[in-house]
Amino acid sequence: MAIHAAAHYADHAQDDHHNHKPHGFFNRWVFSTNHKDIGTLYLIFAFIMACVGAAFSGVIRTELMKPGLQFVQPYFFNQMTTMHALVMIFGAIMPAFVGLANWMIPLQIGAPDMALPRMNNWSFWILPFAFTILLSTLFMPGGAPAGGWTMYPPLAIQGGNSVAFLVFSVHLMGISSIMGAINIIATILNMRAPGMDLLKMPIFVWSWLITAFLLIAVMPVLAGAVTMLLTDKYFGTSFFNAAGGGDPVMFQHIFWFFGHPEVYIMILPAFGIVSEIIPTFSRKPLFGYQAMVFAIASIAFLSFIVWGHHMFTVGMPLGGELYFMYATMLIAVPTGVKVFNWVSTMWGGSMSFETPMLWAISFVILFTIGGFSGLMLALVPADFQYQDTYFVVAHFHYVLVTGALFAIIGAIYYWWPKWTGRMYNETWAKVHFWWSMVFVNVLFFPQHFLGLAGMPRRIPDYNVAFADWNLVSTIGAYGMFLTPIMMFLILRRSLKSGAPATMHVWEGTHGLEWTVPSPAPFHTFETPPVIHDEDLAHGDITH
Amino acid sequence: METNATQRNQQFLKRALIACGAMFLFGFACVPLYRIACVHVLGIKLDAQAAGGAKVAALAADPSRWVTVQFVGSVNSTLAWHFAPEKVSVRVHPGVLSEAWFDATNIAPKAIVGNAVPSIAPKTASLYFNKTECFCFTEQVLQAGESRRMPLKFIVDPQLPRDVDTLTLSYTFYNNELATKKLAEQAVTGAIIRDREDQKVAVPSRTL
Repeated sequence: MAIHAAAHYADHAQDDHHNHKPHGFFNRWVFSTNHKDIGTLYLIFAFIMACVGAAFSGVIRTELMKPGLQFVQPYFFNQMTTMHALVMIFGAIMPAFVGLANWMIPLQIGAPDMALPRMNNWSFWILPFAFTILLSTLFMPGGAPAGGWTMYPPLAIQGGNSVAFLVFSVHLMGISSIMGAINIIATILNMRAPGMDLLKMPIFVWSWLITAFLLIAVMPVLAGAVTMLLTDKYFGTSFFNAAGGGDPVMFQHIFWFFGHPEVYIMILPAFGIVSEIIPTFSRKPLFGYQAMVFAIASIAFLSFIVWGHHMFTVGMPLGGELYFMYATMLIAVPTGVKVFNWVSTMWGGSMSFETPMLWAISFVILFTIGGFSGLMLALVPADFQYQDTYFVVAHFHYVLVTGALFAIIGAIYYWWPKWTGRMYNETWAKVHFWWSMVFVNVLFFPQHFLGLAGMPRRIPDYNVAFADWNLVSTIGAYGMFLTPIMMFLILRRSLKSGAPATMHVWEGTHGLEWTVPSPAPFHTFETPPVIHDEDLAHGDITH
Repeated sequence: METNATQRNQQFLKRALIACGAMFLFGFACVPLYRIACVHVLGIKLDAQAAGGAKVAALAADPSRWVTVQFVGSVNSTLAWHFAPEKVSVRVHPGVLSEAWFDATNIAPKAIVGNAVPSIAPKTASLYFNKTECFCFTEQVLQAGESRRMPLKFIVDPQLPRDVDTLTLSYTFYNNELATKKLAEQAVTGAIIRDREDQKVAVPSRTL
């Protein structure tokens, strides 16, 4: 099969040389309907946004280096915490995953492109406008939104007119995500090559299929919630206004009905990525493929019925607290299945530790730490103490940075040679990994201690008792700020002078994406590939 | 095959957009849905309503038991009022109708409409606290500089769990901005009408 595909592309070398790429920068990128180009745009956008978000966190960590106020005013500090979260969630993590989906899903299921290519273009090009609107508030009188990314009323709508800009930019991000999700589902359901049955699909495709359903279900709910904020502020409604008979806690219920599935939107594709990388470098099929699919599906289902654990302290009835506590702890079961399956995949495998594998293994370890602190937070009596402390901050940075972000970086190192046809310098890539591994823990692990000792979130000043660990955490942050620069230099050097990549790139690869040449031609699978089950990662594996 | 896939894509697009529209409306529907769930399924009291005479009459006094009721009065930051209970704590027998007074003063130079929102701690006790008369049932209008004593009549249900011996009743007054705005508009139009009436009266008097 692989040889056949290579021969096919060799026959068309003449065509592939031209690659039918549109001429001109504007035509190629702004009007692009090609899934690979749009994937590239998403990834570049996510990288830029990650740098912007990192700059905001730089302000936060610099202010927190020492007790007292020395660098920024509290109001600006609050703008930084709010904008850091919004930019990282909606601007970096989510677009990076959509970019990977755009690049890899058609390649992995043997489709010529995404199902709705023009909508694909639209869903990307909305994003720069959404973030221009959001970031422009920093330069307006009154500054950017400062009430936290969760936008809780009444605080969030007591700010200036940045509320309106925030709401409209969230609307645009929502529209973009929804269109991206619709496109992904349509592609997976309708565009698979003949013979690519649902339960033969790569696990990354599965994770995205389920994530896309989550997006369609909850992004409109967020849009509704922020619309109510907007009408409360400007049009005299009282959805969340106690004086007019509304209830501010109502917002929290609606927001977290979106918010909890949202955290799985940011982690399920990471599960998919890790489930691709670990089998490759263990030279073994993924252990328990079907169990992995069911685990993703059950995590997605459970995400809809646990929103209350974000709001244990609002004055919920005891029965409600017990229900949300047990339902939340139930999520540990499918998540545990996944972690054990990754470990079992490695068990007895012929493992090698190329860069993508290092990121994947560190994901398994560090994400599990984040999962454990999540279980601690799920305990109602303990949560009353942890609520709104740095322990929560440590928890979600372990799942979002060493979880989602590490998986994204691993995915980039894993598929980069397929995208560009060039290898990168393995030594420097490993330096990048080990540097990140050390400093991310220096950055976030002490925040567990700070939180358990009672240091509150979102406060620019703190008791001197917290000084030492804050200094350590800031040192870790400064170490981490070098990592995007490292990654940029490594990848740029690879583009300029990297060794040519082979078709299979890595020794243990399986799946359709490795049957096209490296770099992947501009158009692939214009005629559906003939699928041989033994070439797929899960084609002839029945468990 | 090709057109078939396109058709299926279009069909899925339509369905997904309908699902999105439904979920958008679901966000708004949460407001009445929660109300229904609270009142009819979970038995949580939402509306501040006076307890009916029949209900109060059915409560038998329990002179063997004392319950301490504490009062807290506060105002939201956007409301320029002083508001506090006259007594911060009273001891009552369950089943006996009791009375408490709160004082409010408008320190703003204009009339303001306020609404008081009650809260009872411990929250499990809220079902056993009945108010027969309360300033929180209606909007309160205070003219500029006006003070008012406001009554609260309440009766504690003798069914109150035995482990509860202290209840805290807290009121927060909010500025009802809509009603305040309406009041200001009425005052302005009222003044205009009065002016016109003055002129109507004034003009003939001059001609005479």
